Amino acid sequence: MGYDLAMRVWRGDVDGGELKDFTVPVDEGEVVLDAIHRLQATQAGDLAVRWNCKAGKCGSCSAEVNGRPQLMCMTRLSDYEPTETLTVTPLRAFPIIRDLVTDVSYNYEKARELPAFAPAEPDADGKRRMMQADVERGQEFRKCIECFLCQNTCHVIRDHEENKPAFAGPRFFLRYAELDMHPLDTNDRRKLAQDAAGLGMCNITKCCSEVCPEGIKITDNAIIPMKERVADRKYDPLVWLGSKIRRRTDERTEL
Amino acid sequence: MAEFERHSYDVVVIGAGGAGLRSAIAAHEAGARTAVVCKSLLGKAHTVMAEGGAAAAMGNLWPEDNWKVHFRDTMRGGKMLNHWRMAQLHAQEAPDRVLELETWGALFDRTPDGLISQRDFGGHRYARLAHVGDRTGLEMIRTLQQRAVALGIDVYMECTVTELLKDGDRISGAFAYWRESGRFLVFEAPAVILATGGIGKSYQVTSNSWEYTGDGHALAIRAGASLINMEFVQFHPTGMVWPLSVRGLLVTESVRGDGGILKNSEGERFMFNYIPEFFKAETADTVEEADGWYEDKKNNRRPPELLPRDEVARAINSEIKAGRGSPHGGVFLDIASRRTPDYIKRRLPSMYHQFKELAGVDITKEQMEIGPTCHYVMGGVEVDPDTGMSKIDGLFAAGEVSGGMHGSNRLGGNSLSDLLVFGKRCGDGAADYAAKVASARPTIDDTAVETASETALLPFSDSGSENPYTVQKDLQETMQSLVGIIRRENELQESLTKLQELKKRLPQVAVEGNRQYNPGWHLALDLHNMLAVSECIATAALERTESRGGHTREDHPGASDDWAKLNLVLTMGDDGDVVLARQSLPQMPDELIELIETQS
Repeated sequence: MGYDLAMRVWRGDVDGGELKDFTVPVDEGEVVLDAIHRLQATQAGDLAVRWNCKAGKCGSCSAEVNGRPQLMCMTRLSDYEPTETLTVTPLRAFPIIRDLVTDVSYNYEKARELPAFAPAEPDADGKRRMMQADVERGQEFRKCIECFLCQNTCHVIRDHEENKPAFAGPRFFLRYAELDMHPLDTNDRRKLAQDAAGLGMCNITKCCSEVCPEGIKITDNAIIPMKERVADRKYDPLVWLGSKIRRRTDERTEL
Repeated sequence: MAEFERHSYDVVVIGAGGAGLRSAIAAHEAGARTAVVCKSLLGKAHTVMAEGGAAAAMGNLWPEDNWKVHFRDTMRGGKMLNHWRMAQLHAQEAPDRVLELETWGALFDRTPDGLISQRDFGGHRYARLAHVGDRTGLEMIRTLQQRAVALGIDVYMECTVTELLKDGDRISGAFAYWRESGRFLVFEAPAVILATGGIGKSYQVTSNSWEYTGDGHALAIRAGASLINMEFVQFHPTGMVWPLSVRGLLVTESVRGDGGILKNSEGERFMFNYIPEFFKAETADTVEEADGWYEDKKNNRRPPELLPRDEVARAINSEIKAGRGSPHGGVFLDIASRRTPDYIKRRLPSMYHQFKELAGVDITKEQMEIGPTCHYVMGGVEVDPDTGMSKIDGLFAAGEVSGGMHGSNRLGGNSLSDLLVFGKRCGDGAADYAAKVASARPTIDDTAVETASETALLPFSDSGSENPYTVQKDLQETMQSLVGIIRRENELQESLTKLQELKKRLPQVAVEGNRQYNPGWHLALDLHNMLAVSECIATAALERTESRGGHTREDHPGASDDWAKLNLVLTMGDDGDVVLARQSLPQMPDELIELIETQS
């Protein structure tokens, strides 16, 4: 049944802002983004908010609802008491543009720093063969919808702007792991992940995995295995010797 | 005049979905200085919502499959109104375009032999869709996005083009604003590729995102190009109907491709009652044969649930009208009783998640409630099939914004492959054109830039008090109720009257706040495009007095032989009104006609 929802929404820009109180009529089965849209259509036409698919597939409408990083389109109002006031604020780890919209360009810069996929030659018939079991690990990571909630939550950068230059963040550890585990990739990204992307700064508190709307086990399946592979490379005496006498120890090219 | 930020390129691509990114990659690789301009952040375009897969006759599961069968299926699915050359190029080139994605890092589901797996879909004779579970669009956009980033292509994110600029009869660039700051910028480019997707936001119940406001269609017709087939709008048979919050949200056709069936409130599997004459020879007429088809395609015909989308959507509509609908005004889609929970979760993870999270329904245990939702526009910019160029020199279109490829109805899976095939062709075509005119590049008309900036700022003047959100809502109600899935002459006439009234309200639209990231202002500008496109749809729908594909006239049931030879072409007159003309279909070569006849 419908009711009047009490909301507090952060409004402002780079020069500052504040939480504003609103009362929004809402209906059964609605999500936070519905309430925001109704607010926009009836009370605050210029309320800035990002959204696209409203189906949990594009990762645009990330915000913090009562302090928790979430997709507004996948947060049902029925998860809260009708008497509860919902406070909606922008992602904290990124600079404010306006209202609920933040400057997420940090993530796009990190994406540019990542070396591209470099596949082996195809088979004689022009096709490539990979077994389902071998692609499944990568497929889990490619479910990522780039909502950047993991980036926003990661305490290495959430309150430490100074760490950003040296730290790519969970979303991109996922990408390093995906490429490293790709059956056909020819690059070795372990050194790069450790040095340039700052994998070592992660101390596996798993906050990123907790907020992932796709349920990707970022820490367990990507970050920890990546850390282990980096450690193998670093402390394996054969690899150490190999790197000293300039012989590759596997067929991947180090980047 | 005011000084605006200016950028010079050879090719500017508007839109960063599958078609936009693929064409930008092609143009870049052909040596053109290329930029992509998109309304959202990179990677969020509507392609991301595509679920089922990309149709390509690779023959990985069924060696009998090849481009000729795919071509035939596509033409028959479009009720023969497709541009034959586009359907041919599409069927021939789709396998290479899909394989190429793998070279760029895509991880498709595999066959037991390690090849790209292929899935069954409506209207396709063989299992043909390359896929990744039910999130194929995400995989495609991420792959293309990562490729574009690796190539260093310039991307202008959250930047909206409001006008195309011309030098005489040819394109000279585009005028745009940054959504973040509201500041204007001008692109100087001899070639512009429209890859702006569709028009679904003109309807109330749609699977489309806010971006689908028909920008490319409207930019093209305003710039003097022509639109064809605009009367054909695809209503996907299966959208969510409950809760209201998600009404229209897509439920992938893969549910049926993987074994799901449709039932009415009496528990009847009703699609057997709706097999049209045109598809009788290739459709199963018993439950036994239909169920046998998934494993044995040689000795069984396709289940009626996998008829082309227009047929299934109409059938569902009829069941609901006859009072045999579900509690929330849809019908039932059932896979729970047909496949194991493990299979469902593995093949349809997004659907499982979507129903669980948004409707509280476990699709491995319960039936889904679904109904038709506005999904895709077959109509679009009339282009040269080989290069993607429109009637205007330097203006190209690829993907949903282009017209002709899908005729009167698109087969599921043919959209993602369309993006790839014609994205590449368009990128090549535009780069080639830009190189040819390099010595005499068109120049920007400063007066046109000035006019464009004044027009864009109108909603901030004190000219009226219309709320853009209210105008949008009224437009959606008009299109939904009068130009929807079933159409009638008097209602179409009424819609045109109402659209004219809405048009008169446009200058009165006023917005609050300033130019910085102001969605009210953005919508006020998009409304012009939505209205222009809606007028095109209603005008063409009134003219075509027959029922075919995505255009059903209750007062003119059945397809007519005369209309089978005609396209409706729309242009814009000097007064801004839509002008309609009839045009003969291009003549298909005999060897292709033979392909269609011999295999049926």
